[in-house]
Amino acid sequence: MNDINLTLVVVSAALLGCGVYLLLERSLSRVLVGLVMMGNGVSLAFLVAGGPAGSAPIIGSESGDASEMADPLPQAMVLTAIVITLATTAFVLAMAYRSWQLNGHDDVQDDVEDAAIRRMAATDVTSEAYGAASDDEDTDVSDDPRESDETPAAPEPGGAAPLATALDAVPGTEPRP
Amino acid sequence: MSALIPLPVLLPILGAGLSLVLGQHPRLQRLISVVVLASIVVVAAILMVAADTEGPQVLWVGGWTETLGIVLVADRLAALMLLVSATVTLAVLAYSLGQGMTEDEENATLSVYHPTFLVLVAGVANAFLAGDLFNLFVSFEMLLFASYVLLTLGGTATRLRAGTIYVLVNLLSSTLFLISLAVVYAATGTLTLAHLAERIADLPDHVALMIQLLLLTTFAIKAAVFPLSFWLPDSYPTAPAPVTAVFAGLLTKVGVYAILRIQTLLFPDSPLTDLLMWAALLTMLVGILGAIAQSDIKRMLSFTLVSHIGYLVLGIALASSAGVAGTIFYVVHHITVQTALFLVVGLVERRAGSTSLMRVGGLARIAPLLALLFFVPAMNLAGIPPFSGFIGKVGLLQAAQDQGSTLAWALVVGGVLTSLLTLYAVTKTWAVAFWRTPAEAHEALEEIAERDPGYGALSSAEHRGHVHTPRGSLSLAAIEEARRLGDDDLPDRDFHQLIKDGDDTPHMPRSMVLPAAFLVTASVALTVVAGPLFAYSDRASNDLLDRTPYLSSVLTGDEQ
Repeated sequence: MNDINLTLVVVSAALLGCGVYLLLERSLSRVLVGLVMMGNGVSLAFLVAGGPAGSAPIIGSESGDASEMADPLPQAMVLTAIVITLATTAFVLAMAYRSWQLNGHDDVQDDVEDAAIRRMAATDVTSEAYGAASDDEDTDVSDDPRESDETPAAPEPGGAAPLATALDAVPGTEPRP
Repeated sequence: MSALIPLPVLLPILGAGLSLVLGQHPRLQRLISVVVLASIVVVAAILMVAADTEGPQVLWVGGWTETLGIVLVADRLAALMLLVSATVTLAVLAYSLGQGMTEDEENATLSVYHPTFLVLVAGVANAFLAGDLFNLFVSFEMLLFASYVLLTLGGTATRLRAGTIYVLVNLLSSTLFLISLAVVYAATGTLTLAHLAERIADLPDHVALMIQLLLLTTFAIKAAVFPLSFWLPDSYPTAPAPVTAVFAGLLTKVGVYAILRIQTLLFPDSPLTDLLMWAALLTMLVGILGAIAQSDIKRMLSFTLVSHIGYLVLGIALASSAGVAGTIFYVVHHITVQTALFLVVGLVERRAGSTSLMRVGGLARIAPLLALLFFVPAMNLAGIPPFSGFIGKVGLLQAAQDQGSTLAWALVVGGVLTSLLTLYAVTKTWAVAFWRTPAEAHEALEEIAERDPGYGALSSAEHRGHVHTPRGSLSLAAIEEARRLGDDDLPDRDFHQLIKDGDDTPHMPRSMVLPAAFLVTASVALTVVAGPLFAYSDRASNDLLDRTPYLSSVLTGDEQ
């Protein structure tokens, strides 16, 4: 069995755990911090996967022969992952800022269409696709249990609606009709 | 011939760079995009012929040797997927050009549309060609980042909301992918698929199982398989129609391709067959039940997309030659049909101003071509003979029947039921959107508003999570007006604002209709070429399950 650096493993696990915890937050900025922590935790896991520490993997230097060198491949992979995390951070920050511009907060919001359908089901409204003729077909309300699993307990979809409505009418940000 | 392999990846990346530089010249950007995509179609066709006649085409990038390098492999499956994706993407590009997406007067940043589109294509091409897990990871990241940009194009509130969900779910799956890569590397010391195919067999069972579960979960998130599919109907409908079409046609299929590749190449005697079959069954049923509940056409189609991914996983789970062949045929069919449907729904949106079934009606009289363009792929999706949907489903169900276990029979029943329910969902849309009279629509809307004032308020505020037109709220006002005046029989015009008064813009420009019609025709043509295509799928499936053609081409070195 190879020697595994216990500190690296413990730190990686701690980072991943904290990252997952933060990932479940409402505020996008906190989610971002969680994602970055998770990314760092995974990078440490890569280093663990690369085997024990060794000398610099440069052929011909005083590092000795290949068996004493550190494995360069996980290091390359970690570098790639760091660069990708950088791009992620930039993009998510831009999204959080845009959300703050539009909504005044950067909370991750729920699926409003889903909430609307759930409410329709709760008030026992028939699917309007049947038109006025048929009042006796409630088959669509039975799909409720699955859709209630999709979103966490939405605090107030109705409350979020008017805010987004006013901002949807912001000129110049509409998609082309 | 191997020299052609990197072209589907290189050309779009170079094109994207060039396109960014030429941001002020939209005509040149369009030209670059079209030229690049057309050349990828040609290269993919050549690779497909070469893979079919000579065996997998292999390229070790940079000339590095087997032990060190990254390999690109174009076998039958990869070349077929590349060809289909490139063709479909070219059609969607033509559609989006016709829609004038890049000529938005208000929004100068739309000069990023073309570069982003090309990066997406590069990522997809690289994902199909990758012979190395880390290369697969990088290509996933490329296409995902491009998709983040395309999904949140314009930065409107609804797109941002949906985009956030999409971004976070996919970032989570990318992190999971990285973790699985770390585990794979720690266990085997390599990430090349060909080497892994040999070394995983030597691993202890529990380690191999862990690796398989990690990779499957990662790709299942991307492919939207049942427990992990909630993000798709939330985020896909809010994007512009061509973007949704590309996502539906490409991104989930890349996930399915990855599952297919690792299941056949790395884990041939998988203990997870039952799990995959359950996942397929539940995906099929839950997806289609979700589709029935929707009152928005785009959302309904997103749910059918999820549901039919279940068919694909069904074939993979069976792991028999017939099953995998059925999956390959069905993937080609599904990419074409689903993309065609989303493009047609984009046309509906253009013509009627909305895709909500509450607002749209009577389109068949006003736009009969649109009705035809919707009807054909809708019947194809539902699996009506003689279309390719029927052929693909029969192939898959026969493969399940051949396997004969109880779970396989449950899958057969589930598959047939899903097909029926798909027919129900699209027929409902067909009946409402195309044949409903305004009087019926008026009554339905009124009833909704009475029973659920919140819903009525939401819809009048256009907070529906998809298309916005300020004209939408006008429809309720028009109804109020008409009711006040005692007029029960509303003319088409007032109800769904088909005509922008005094507007000279053609409602459905030919440049939009033609690509949609092309894809619909292609989906019909699949019926005609179904014989050769199924034979090709059989050959590809035998290659995959046999593993020898792939392994012998990659490992004993067609080195460059």
